[in-house]
Amino acid sequence: MVFTGAFGEPILTKRYGVPDSHTLAVASEYGAYDVLRQVVGKREPKSIIDEVKASNLRGRGGAGFPMGMKWGFVNPQPGQEVYLVVNADEGEPGTFKDRTLMENDPHRIVEGCILAAYALGAKRGYIYVRCELALAIERLEHAIAEAYQAGYLGRNVAGTDYAFDLHVHLGAGAYICGEETALLNSLEGFRGEPRLKPPFPAVAGLFGMPTVVNNLESMAHIPDILERGGAAWSALSRLEQDGGVRLYGVSGHVRRPGIYEGPVGLTLNEVIYELGGGLLHPDRELKAVIPGGSSTPVLRPGDIVDAPDEKHPLHRWHGKSHLDVCMGVDTAKALGTMLGTCCAIVMDSSVSMVDAARNLMRFYKHESCGQCTPCREGTGWLVDVLDRLCDGEASEKEVDLLVEIAGNMMGNTICALADGTAMPLLGMIQKFSEDFYAAAHKRPRTQLHDSWAQTLAS
Amino acid sequence: MSFELDPSREARFQTILTRYAKSRAACIPLLALCQEQAGWISPEVVDYAARKLNLTTAEVKGVATFYTSLHQRPMAPNVVWVCRTLSCELRGAGLIQECLEELLGCKTGETSANGKFTLLKAECLAACGEAPMIQVNDQYYERLTPEALAKLIDELDRKTAPGQVAAIGGAVAPDVALSDVRLRKAGGI
Repeated sequence: MVFTGAFGEPILTKRYGVPDSHTLAVASEYGAYDVLRQVVGKREPKSIIDEVKASNLRGRGGAGFPMGMKWGFVNPQPGQEVYLVVNADEGEPGTFKDRTLMENDPHRIVEGCILAAYALGAKRGYIYVRCELALAIERLEHAIAEAYQAGYLGRNVAGTDYAFDLHVHLGAGAYICGEETALLNSLEGFRGEPRLKPPFPAVAGLFGMPTVVNNLESMAHIPDILERGGAAWSALSRLEQDGGVRLYGVSGHVRRPGIYEGPVGLTLNEVIYELGGGLLHPDRELKAVIPGGSSTPVLRPGDIVDAPDEKHPLHRWHGKSHLDVCMGVDTAKALGTMLGTCCAIVMDSSVSMVDAARNLMRFYKHESCGQCTPCREGTGWLVDVLDRLCDGEASEKEVDLLVEIAGNMMGNTICALADGTAMPLLGMIQKFSEDFYAAAHKRPRTQLHDSWAQTLAS
Repeated sequence: MSFELDPSREARFQTILTRYAKSRAACIPLLALCQEQAGWISPEVVDYAARKLNLTTAEVKGVATFYTSLHQRPMAPNVVWVCRTLSCELRGAGLIQECLEELLGCKTGETSANGKFTLLKAECLAACGEAPMIQVNDQYYERLTPEALAKLIDELDRKTAPGQVAAIGGAVAPDVALSDVRLRKAGGI
């Protein structure tokens, strides 16, 4: 279910809902490839990178790295080919935004990819899509075929001597392949195990060549950025250094789960009550929100921002609820969580956080690639302990054990999956300790135990 | 019994092969084509893919066993994945899984007695806003209720011939309109 325009005119999603918006004929009527014809062969590639830098677009895949800066790292040596790789392996629990772009407006993605490739000097690009999304794949492949026919892809892009080939590459069901170096290994035909960094993909990525890996939504913004100008697009946001509009998702206990467009910097209360239509069961209270996919630590509505210092990044919201803070990459970090994919999971008072934790830890256990011992073993142990807690067989000491295991996972692995497992679990234990202690022998507990207070502080 | 891609899939594979600087990159697409034809990644498929890409069988087996959607055993013509990750769980995925086990008469991980369905638990299928949901072969069914689910399974059951060869790629296309499965029923975690 996709709703657009709740906060201002839809920009990214303006073709959503138009009948047959996925076809070239209709998309062209609504402006597809207009920017491409004005840019390719007419503007210097470097000026496009500068425009993207000015847009302050923070990558939409979860890490929020400035896209223009990422592009700036590409510096091919003589004889090296630059690759563009687009990450559409969407699989972070709670996240379902990129699928809507592929289904509703695949030509916007193709146009964005061509513009990015032209800026970077890439001759070949791959869109890595998770194989389960049949309709999205069909429409994206059809759009690419149409773009070849219309001369937007191939040897002479839009009649110029710039050549670019774009292909869809399907995954085979592995969350870890959303990690950029695991994705590259998978694309090369290997097990999807993350690589050690450095070297970063910008230096040695696909087939050892300089490679830019960007999220699919990030690509889709590029035509708008070049049409409006980077600074003007950036100013659509409510925040500084985190520009533009973006897709918001909301799922769980809300009346209207779905994908929405809005300026960067909506508050979680706006996402839940204005976009999501409020709580599904009016007789229950809001208990917790996971702000941007399951790896982002949970927030509570009752927590108040304490930032009296004017220099504090959250000073603007001093004294307000965490859910009233404009959500951006930097503000979310200052709240002790992450913006992630900006797709929130809403939980009401019926949920025990122990059950929610077990559910997510089962996910990570299944999805750990097994390469690093702390992650492979740690995710399994976490599930074992949480199973005991949920079955009423664990003692209070085992809550501490959870914290200890999570602490041993963080920072000790090749990629961020272990941290993305441990951080949200520690957040749940810290903020909902009463649920965990109630589960341990059904005894309530009021005070944080020293050992994990230390782990949480470190 | 040795395995070989049929001519139309072989042609698709040759097109795919042209897209990459190194042929190994076509490994997962090749395995997907083989599975589409054979229904699973049999030892014969592994041998075939290894020969075709000039890899060892161990290398191909290593890849094949890494990915959830490459099956390590024969599957029924209808592979039913039920998503149990948090967003679906909050909207009653547990109930959906119970209903499926009852309707199919088998436990999760098993194939139904009539050989038409294999029921599997899935981790997040990126349809969190449409929860609860299941995937049957390459089709998503979203915002499910027990009633809509019963209707869907009945439809698939009638459309699947006994002894039909397993294949991913939508071997069976049911007529159940999406509007039938949009009513939602909420359940606690």
